[in-house]
Amino acid sequence: MRILTYIRQVLDAEESVRVANNTVALESSKLVMDTMDEYGVEEALRLRESGVEAEIIAIAVGPARMQEALRTALAMGADRAIHVETDTRLDAIALSKILAEIAQKEEATLIFSGGQQADWDSHALGAATAERLNWPQATWTSALELKGTTLTGKHDVDEGSETFTVELPAVITTQQGLNEPRYPTLPNIMKSKKKELRKESLDQFNITPKIKFAGAEIQVKARLNKILNGKDALAAAAELVALLRDEAKVIA
Amino acid sequence: MILIVVEHANGKVSKSTWEMVTVARELAQQQGSDTPVAALVLGSNVAAIATEVARAADQVLVADLPALAQYDPELWSAAVAQIAREGEASVILIGGSRSGREYSPRVAIKLDAPLLEDVISLKAIGGAITAQRYTFLARVTETIEATGPVAVVTIKPGIFNPATPRTESAEQFDVDLDLPASRLNITGKTAERNSRVSLTEADIVVSGGRGVGSAEGFTQYVEALADQLGAAVGATRAIVDAGWRAYSEQVGQTGKTVQPKLYIAVGISGAVQHLSGMNKSKTIVAINRDAEAPIFKISDYGIVGDVPQLLPAILAELKK
Repeated sequence: MRILTYIRQVLDAEESVRVANNTVALESSKLVMDTMDEYGVEEALRLRESGVEAEIIAIAVGPARMQEALRTALAMGADRAIHVETDTRLDAIALSKILAEIAQKEEATLIFSGGQQADWDSHALGAATAERLNWPQATWTSALELKGTTLTGKHDVDEGSETFTVELPAVITTQQGLNEPRYPTLPNIMKSKKKELRKESLDQFNITPKIKFAGAEIQVKARLNKILNGKDALAAAAELVALLRDEAKVIA
Repeated sequence: MILIVVEHANGKVSKSTWEMVTVARELAQQQGSDTPVAALVLGSNVAAIATEVARAADQVLVADLPALAQYDPELWSAAVAQIAREGEASVILIGGSRSGREYSPRVAIKLDAPLLEDVISLKAIGGAITAQRYTFLARVTETIEATGPVAVVTIKPGIFNPATPRTESAEQFDVDLDLPASRLNITGKTAERNSRVSLTEADIVVSGGRGVGSAEGFTQYVEALADQLGAAVGATRAIVDAGWRAYSEQVGQTGKTVQPKLYIAVGISGAVQHLSGMNKSKTIVAINRDAEAPIFKISDYGIVGDVPQLLPAILAELKK
């Protein structure tokens, strides 16, 4: 079988965000593979290590820098990578068309994608891709097992969690708790440099995004920052409760 | 027509539905006063839900079917797309819950429409829609635009004020649906414990992190304070992973997003992933041993000190 894992390169969570010219400026910031997507790469590797014969293809859509994230996926153990290069920012509905077409061309039967993208804060890509392919989906999975063509797992829903089974082909979105992604070892990093990283142009996918990005700003709510010293616990507690009652008026 | 897909749970209309009603009424005004607002109720044995939302919309469309007893993304998206098409809806409003965010992309693709996700403001004039939403782990506010005859929109919970029910009730219509078969077979469910007020609907949230020391410490300090204040309890990912608390209480990127009037962070240092789930709270209070903890930077009030000394003192003060 063939497994696609969609990956994004995003701002490292420890980095601060900057906005310039009405858009988020990423130059000179530390960028990493979206942790949500790492779980998908790891899960694909684990499926293969459990005895499933599988070719694992990492896919990214975006500017040239995305290749670093693809190289990370190859160093983790993916077999090859496809990079659809574009500087145009695409929303999840537009992206899903690219992912679905590649899945068809590659005759993939399982697609992994992160439950939420840490740049666009979107949950939509997995479900949108499944819809385009007319496949079922399981989102926010925290456990998975494949037997033949049946995937068994657990995922989070509105009010708790559910166990499920689903027949392949299917789209799965991943999250923290599913597994512990491995770090690439030095020999694997060396090996990954010889692996195929194919570039494709965006033109062939005929994408007409329906969403236009019109501006970005960082709205920082002004906070009072009244921080008390707690050495005298009783006095600090009394002062805090008085502030919450009389100044903030948030408790009775 | 503006179509609201009613969110309901345990036989009650969810607060998120009333928030969507507010958005729908504003949109109807922007689009001309003759734009009707329709509420779509999907489920099984949902007569009481339909009666309740009849005071929210101009008409109520009800699909009360055994096949809809359980939420399924493919069934829900097929139903919503069909009703939106038949009613020539211009805007389809879906709650920004886990399920809403899961089936809304399918609706957008079925209708060949843009998807505006998790919006916090929305304007629709003519065929153009402008919205705002949070991005980059809720650290940036972005403006997006879409044009076209139809738009699918998910509404971020907790942002808009819930609408007030009208005195008169709208007419209810039963609808026929052409539903696909479900392909995701649910074999078991673990429900959230619901002894307290729900995390996403609470006015006050008290959350705990590693600084509470242990699972027992969480009960002793965080739960006791929550009970005293009638608050919901929340947890960081670290202590959920450690098994101290259930996942359903997790606040942050992979858990729930909350915007209460008061958020009290007990023993939480403030990782970006946690902050993205609570940084829009109206008033934030932090209690932490480390004066350098990032949580203090976004706090209105705080105490630098030890949780085991401070929490009993705060509780005693509140009981005075």
